[in-house]
Amino acid sequence: MNNDFKKDFAIFEGNDIIYFDNAATAQRPRKVMEAMTTFNDTCNANPLRGLYDWSVRATAAYEEAREKTAAFIGAQTSEEIIFTRNATESLNLVAYSYGLSHIKEGDEIVISVMEHHSNILPWQMVARERKAKLVFLECDEEGTIAREEYESKITDKTKIVSIMQVSNVLGVTNPVREIADYAHAKGAVVIVDGAQSVPHRAVDVQALHADFLAFSAHKMCGPMGMGVLYGKKELLEDMPPFLTGGEMIEYVTREDATFAELPHKFEAGTVNAQGAAGLSAAIDYLRDVGFDRIRETEDRLTKRLMAGMQELPYITICGANDPLLHSGIVTFNIEGCHPHDVSSVLDTEGICIRAGHHCAQPLMKHLGVQSTARASLYFYNTEEEVDRFLEKLGKVREWLGIK
Amino acid sequence: MEMKDLYREIVNEHNLYPSHKKDLADPTIVLQGVNPSCGDDINLQLLVENDTIADAAFNGSGCAISQASADMMIDLIIGKKTDDALRLAEQFMGMIKGTATRDEIEELEEAAALEDISHMPARVKCANLAWRTMKEEIEKLQKGE
Repeated sequence: MNNDFKKDFAIFEGNDIIYFDNAATAQRPRKVMEAMTTFNDTCNANPLRGLYDWSVRATAAYEEAREKTAAFIGAQTSEEIIFTRNATESLNLVAYSYGLSHIKEGDEIVISVMEHHSNILPWQMVARERKAKLVFLECDEEGTIAREEYESKITDKTKIVSIMQVSNVLGVTNPVREIADYAHAKGAVVIVDGAQSVPHRAVDVQALHADFLAFSAHKMCGPMGMGVLYGKKELLEDMPPFLTGGEMIEYVTREDATFAELPHKFEAGTVNAQGAAGLSAAIDYLRDVGFDRIRETEDRLTKRLMAGMQELPYITICGANDPLLHSGIVTFNIEGCHPHDVSSVLDTEGICIRAGHHCAQPLMKHLGVQSTARASLYFYNTEEEVDRFLEKLGKVREWLGIK
Repeated sequence: MEMKDLYREIVNEHNLYPSHKKDLADPTIVLQGVNPSCGDDINLQLLVENDTIADAAFNGSGCAISQASADMMIDLIIGKKTDDALRLAEQFMGMIKGTATRDEIEELEEAAALEDISHMPARVKCANLAWRTMKEEIEKLQKGE
């Protein structure tokens, strides 16, 4: 059974490119581009400060995106939604603002070994600056973080736990709610990197018990340069600004300033209102497609993909054997072939996959691999593409001279 | 040349059956060249006598392009004066950047086959690794380090 969603995307028109790099960025449907064009063509003005119709409407479009995003992830008020450039900036905002102002010497920050570099480096910085300790949760080969692991690493000294919901390498889903409950009982705040989960499933911050959630619009059919940070209101209110300047103040004197209310306190300078209009349209689009259907398609395709790959004895798949534990992400190696060469020869067949360390070098080291190739799926991919991919994958060794 | 043909005709042979992937008994200089982002890692050994590269070898791991480029480079530089090897390294990197002349490219002999890498920004570092490392080694020697 194939689907018709590819028709919604101009980029798939007139070619048969197989785009299996969705964990890096997703494609944007026409509806998202149209929403951004409509903003540009009907009300482009600097939002939040204008006293004329275009600016009022630009402000309305921007704030409507915030309300839609709040409802999308179950935030209690739209003030809890801060727009950023991407998930990386969202995580940096929490680290620089909450981290530096709350972490003291001897405190501990807990992350996991499978984190993306964007959820490692900001905490290395905080730990270094505040003489705190950065503690890693280890996972087994399948990517599972055991209960004993987080119960032994999260202690009374732990002030921050920051963890990804879904791994961009293994596709594994971490027990975020269980970890959050344990961490809260120890008095820590919990930050969830939702970059790989929010595009693929209904994520509700109340159900997750998350204090902060970071994600990017571009991985969920929205524009690049648009990210989200959710934070609980009482935590955000208590945090100093991250960047300072225009539109985040109440009063400025020569020596001092008072800051604007949430969420504007964290949105210095002219905001990406057109990007917000795009994010808003992406949320509408994903809701129309439906997360049940997204999940069903990804699971069905992943089963087919992994079953086909498992028939090729020289392929090793990272992570769990069960395709339903992969969230559409299949990271693999072909014996005797470097992932970059695999990606290069597949490119000549119109197949786009990622190769390298996937911004997760500590995990690569933990798994004992230098680099890997990764195919990652989304709801617009099809069984026909999976079959064609498998057929070409079976020829890679021959193309690279291995008999 | 299309990428698959490039692999078939040149790269695979040097990658799978390299002539110079070994250790020298008594190298004058050994240097590690690394592309941290892809994990390419070569150890380039030169034996230099009277400003001439008397022998060279490499070891390490990485993608086929990085390994084949190292093997072809060593084919080219054995018996060359160090100054000539330096010049060839500049010419190779110029070729990858798209700034080398036809004559400069021809002088690279078999390594000239990698010219099309210049259209693949992601693979530039792989192709250049051995040449960059060789340049660094000769410069170290010439500075007397």
